[in-house]
Amino acid sequence: MNAPTVKEPEPKTSGPGRLEKVPTGIQGLDEITRGGLPRGRTTLICGGPGCGKTLMALEFLVHGATRFGEPGAFITFEETAGELATNGASLGFDLAALEADRKLAIDYVRIERSEIEESGEYDLEGLFIRIGFAIDSIGARRVAIDTLEVLFAGLPNPGILRTELRRLFRWLKEKGLTAIVTAERGDNGLTRHGFEEYISDCVITLDHRVSDQISTRRLRVLKYRGSVHDTDEVPFLIDEGGLSVLPISSLGLDHQALTSRVSTGIPDLDAMLGGGGFYRGGTVLVSGGAGSGKTSLAATFARRACREGKRCLFFTFEESSSQVVRNMRSIGIDLAPLMEQDLLRFHASRPSTGGLEVHLARMHRLVADFEPEVVIIDPMTNLLTVGTASELRSMLTRVIDFFKDRQVTALLTSLTAATLPSQETSDTHISWLVDTWILVREIESDGERNRGLYILKSRGMAHSNQVREFRLTDQGIELIDVYLGTDGVLVGAAREARMIRDEAEAREREYEAQQRQRRMVQRRAAVRAQIDALTAELEAEEEELRRAAEREHNSEGGKARDEARMAASRWVDQSFADDNQGRTVQP
Amino acid sequence: MTRDQEPIEKADDSAGTESQRMELRLYVAGQTSRSLAAIDNLRRICEKNLKGRYTIEVIDLMQAPQLARTDQIVAIPTLVKKLPPPLRRIIGDLSNSERVLIGLDIRPVDSTGADHES
Repeated sequence: MNAPTVKEPEPKTSGPGRLEKVPTGIQGLDEITRGGLPRGRTTLICGGPGCGKTLMALEFLVHGATRFGEPGAFITFEETAGELATNGASLGFDLAALEADRKLAIDYVRIERSEIEESGEYDLEGLFIRIGFAIDSIGARRVAIDTLEVLFAGLPNPGILRTELRRLFRWLKEKGLTAIVTAERGDNGLTRHGFEEYISDCVITLDHRVSDQISTRRLRVLKYRGSVHDTDEVPFLIDEGGLSVLPISSLGLDHQALTSRVSTGIPDLDAMLGGGGFYRGGTVLVSGGAGSGKTSLAATFARRACREGKRCLFFTFEESSSQVVRNMRSIGIDLAPLMEQDLLRFHASRPSTGGLEVHLARMHRLVADFEPEVVIIDPMTNLLTVGTASELRSMLTRVIDFFKDRQVTALLTSLTAATLPSQETSDTHISWLVDTWILVREIESDGERNRGLYILKSRGMAHSNQVREFRLTDQGIELIDVYLGTDGVLVGAAREARMIRDEAEAREREYEAQQRQRRMVQRRAAVRAQIDALTAELEAEEEELRRAAEREHNSEGGKARDEARMAASRWVDQSFADDNQGRTVQP
Repeated sequence: MTRDQEPIEKADDSAGTESQRMELRLYVAGQTSRSLAAIDNLRRICEKNLKGRYTIEVIDLMQAPQLARTDQIVAIPTLVKKLPPPLRRIIGDLSNSERVLIGLDIRPVDSTGADHES
């Protein structure tokens, strides 16, 4: 595209001071123009056919009429009032009602070249009268003229047309109208008929490019006299909500980091993340091979968020929403009631429905509309089919910045090639963007495949370094401690088998211990019996001894008594006997 | 014609037959020299070539601006041949008689005043 040749136009009509701006009401456009289009000036919108010029002009007027209290006149050269009404209806605008309310005046200017003959000098006073009439009939503050090129095709003598158009733009300015004039893109200049020579306050170019069979609309504010504006090309979308422009490059790294957490919906995973779950406003990447349970993990998280009353927006690039709902029901996660409560919304589309920027634009738009606290993109790697890795990275950078700016917690899933020796490598190009990176890894052994889950990184939290077995049950997701033993990490049936074996061994060991215990008891009993026997024996001996001693004692005392008795019997007198008792009787 | 005049001025010469009558409308905007020139030029051409077989309405859009929309007028002056069909428009001050006649699909009358059409 050649640089447009822009000449100094008429002197500015407005007084000193800051340039006053008129909001267009078009999402994003007011941001990149820092407030809208210049008030009382004419803005040129140029672009190729079908790039959205008419819709932009129409939206400018409709928003003006409905939201900003500025009625508008639409002068169309290309579409009949009926066609315009149909176009408006496709964006949800009821043009007939606006006309009836005197908020919008539409004049369809039809110029049929075959009917027209030229004879002598003419001017476009008829057009001026019509525009003036349309404006005066409703007190219009905004005007859109779409597309003036038709004049050149329908009327002879371009010299007169140029002079008249110059007069027209000056006239619009004098009337203080904020106007949009659309023009076809030219081969050698910005516009086919060089309108940029007359309109130079604000020039916006629209573009509709197709690369790899995927079209992307882009907008650029080429010129905005007296105002700061973004000069980058930005993608824009046209959908049932109208036009939306994405100020994708305007975000920086100044978002607030939140310390509050959002639960993952899996208590064990919350515990692995140091308790509590992900950081609110954080970005989580879940990587894994096909069928590794990424979507289930995402759905569990979504359900948990919705149950806490948070809105959740689920972008799915692989399955339809009903398919996701059905599949999740099989693992005991019923998403349907959450959708009925409008807490959960799905947006299912094939990646090939648009370029990366279209997807980005769509995400912006849907997030801005629904204002979710949680966004899921499943799987973001599917977008690689419409862009290269570096384009995807650039897109994700912008979308993640956008999410962070809005404090949206985002969970992206990434399909990694399970055949790669190291699954992690394929995601490293975006890993620096995410705060928490969870890997669901296939562990293949003993003829079966199991899932191991671990946290590769999680910024700002003390997280577990453990590998857990990740199981999908009909009650949802379960995290089980894997078997760590001499044979390494065992999962699945191997873990079960190992555990059975371990249990048998344990039982065996326990039995042995019990046996030993019993033997000990017996031994103790035996020893005790022996002790008792010995004690009894000892006691018997002691008794014997005591008896013997007693006997001895008794025998000595008896001898004296016997002697006395014998003495008495021998009639020994008492004194003798008493003396005898005091001294040893000498036999 | 002054501003106080009726916007529609009819010049009706009913001498000709109805079938050959040509209905013309000339749209002007105010009393500009170009408007006046167009009116003069049109009258002269019609008198010369369509004597007795034409009707001219002059419409001043300054006074009836809504007609610009209903009659699809962009350029001023515009001469519209309403009848007989097909509808034709001739824009400009009508200073080029030849092009006006082509536009109106009329064979010019020679200087003697003989009507080649009859």
